[in-house]
Amino acid sequence: MAHSSIDPSRNRPLHVGIVGAGVVGLACAVELLGRGATVEIHERGAFAGERACSWHAGGMLAPWCEGESAEEPVIRLGQEAAGWWERHVAGVVRKGTLVLAPSRDRSELRSFGSRTTRFSELDGEGIAALEPDLAGRFAKGLFFEDEAHLDPRAALSRLAEKVLALGGRIHFGSEAAADDLAGDAVLDCRGLAARDALPDLRGVKGEMLLLRSHDIALSRPVRLLHPRIPLYVVPRADGLFMVGATMIESGDRSRISARSMLELLGAAYALHPAFGEAEVVEIGVDARPAFPDNLPRLTRRGRVILVNGLYRHGFLLSPAMARMAADAVLVPACIPEMLHDAAA
Amino acid sequence: MRAFYGFEPKNRLFLGTARYPSPAILADAVKRSGVEVVTASLRREAGQDKAGEGGAGQAFWALIRELGVRVLPNTAGCHTVKEAVTTAHMAREVFGTDWIKLEVIGEDDTLQPDVVGLIEAARILSDDGFQVFPYTTEDIVVGGRLLDAGCEVLMPWGAPIGSGRGLNNVYGLRTMRQHFPDIPLVVDAGIGLPSHAAQAMELGYDAILLNTAVAKAGNPALMAQAFAKAIEAGCEAWQAQPIEARDMAAPSTPVMGKAFLS
Repeated sequence: MAHSSIDPSRNRPLHVGIVGAGVVGLACAVELLGRGATVEIHERGAFAGERACSWHAGGMLAPWCEGESAEEPVIRLGQEAAGWWERHVAGVVRKGTLVLAPSRDRSELRSFGSRTTRFSELDGEGIAALEPDLAGRFAKGLFFEDEAHLDPRAALSRLAEKVLALGGRIHFGSEAAADDLAGDAVLDCRGLAARDALPDLRGVKGEMLLLRSHDIALSRPVRLLHPRIPLYVVPRADGLFMVGATMIESGDRSRISARSMLELLGAAYALHPAFGEAEVVEIGVDARPAFPDNLPRLTRRGRVILVNGLYRHGFLLSPAMARMAADAVLVPACIPEMLHDAAA
Repeated sequence: MRAFYGFEPKNRLFLGTARYPSPAILADAVKRSGVEVVTASLRREAGQDKAGEGGAGQAFWALIRELGVRVLPNTAGCHTVKEAVTTAHMAREVFGTDWIKLEVIGEDDTLQPDVVGLIEAARILSDDGFQVFPYTTEDIVVGGRLLDAGCEVLMPWGAPIGSGRGLNNVYGLRTMRQHFPDIPLVVDAGIGLPSHAAQAMELGYDAILLNTAVAKAGNPALMAQAFAKAIEAGCEAWQAQPIEARDMAAPSTPVMGKAFLS
């Protein structure tokens, strides 16, 4: 369905201001530009993602795996993600997700399988065929063939380039607030910084590591199940691996704890001892913005719409949330699924 | 029924608050089961609470407080007496309660309590005015020492934390009940199914404390409700004085006088 973004009374494209150039703000900008609006982004950081929690994301486009603990909208809306990202940036890898458990935690694999769909069961040979470096290490696994992943930092900068290529503008180092911005509509995409406007938004701390090893190669994200802390290892270019991510009910963004570091390194080491020799390239800490139901929301307050609460699903749900935000701005009668109108 | 430091909940399910899919689902589980006591782990979630502006974990504490039920903070994950005591003091500050579920872990594979450290920490905290709920084993000698240290509640394990195995040592738990007839006893940890919880209540236990069996169920709120029903049933069964099991059949209808020629 094609909705015109021309305001008929003024006969010019709708102009939308956006605060925040994290994954949500940039996705909204690209979506709006693609549908004919003009867009101007204000970002307090020096480049796209610098101060966004999406900078530390895993970049897994894994709606079916997330279904293990996430609610139905995440699984359904997340299925838009891989195609959307492929249309807008290079570097989306469609090689699925591998889910493994150490033999003593085999029951975790059964319970993961009972809560998810769209996977096949693998034995040791099947695992080795997909990931030769893991040969002989795991006897059972689940393979979610339809899932994908991307490098979040590369994706953020490519998305910012796309905004500019489509005629949008980005003001870095800007402290402008939503109410200061001109425009027919304003999208507030500040993540956790929007707590001042969204009192039930909370931070869920996540810690991650970037390791470098040339002794092991993986082609796809691997999730390692553990009764307490399911962790994952995502391969990136140049021997880099992202190991993430903890989930702690805290808005702290300052430091990793020793325990988290042990757990993250322990998971990588359990996946393959070669990680014991890896270089620790980076330690990342941030807090994800989440509402009490851990589902994203559009909140309308006059001409300002707050797009927030993407929790651990920034890359997975930004495409669907951007589509809905654009609908809310461009289509007068439209009430998108995740829209919460603020009480008057 | 026996009271917990003067508090007599109608609902005898104590529910942990960790590892739910979302705080909203946790709130739903609390509501549907009607629990009156929840436990909350301070250690992990507080993080560097003190350092943050207004406390980095404040949002989650606020959600817990908004549940409107009594909070039993715990020292989950503490391995030493000192850690447990420090955590208990933090908990008193955050939740404004003298209640503390005392956990001192002694072994990482089974998460079995270090009962020696437990007794020591219980004494320190009781002397400091805390009302201690010690996570212990079904050892009655240790139980006696915990009472000497000032505890007025004992919480033996059913099975290792998170294992969902139910009551590993029914004999031991029954002995404990008989040995401490006036002390409120709670089975804490290892419960997987409502039938496990009912079984513990049928032994005369006063409450069941669990977390994983509800939080990691496919439908946590429904499972919480199922546990509340099972616990109520087990509790009523105990009060109703169950029959003793016997080896031979005992006809429920008298045979005498029955017309056998027809």
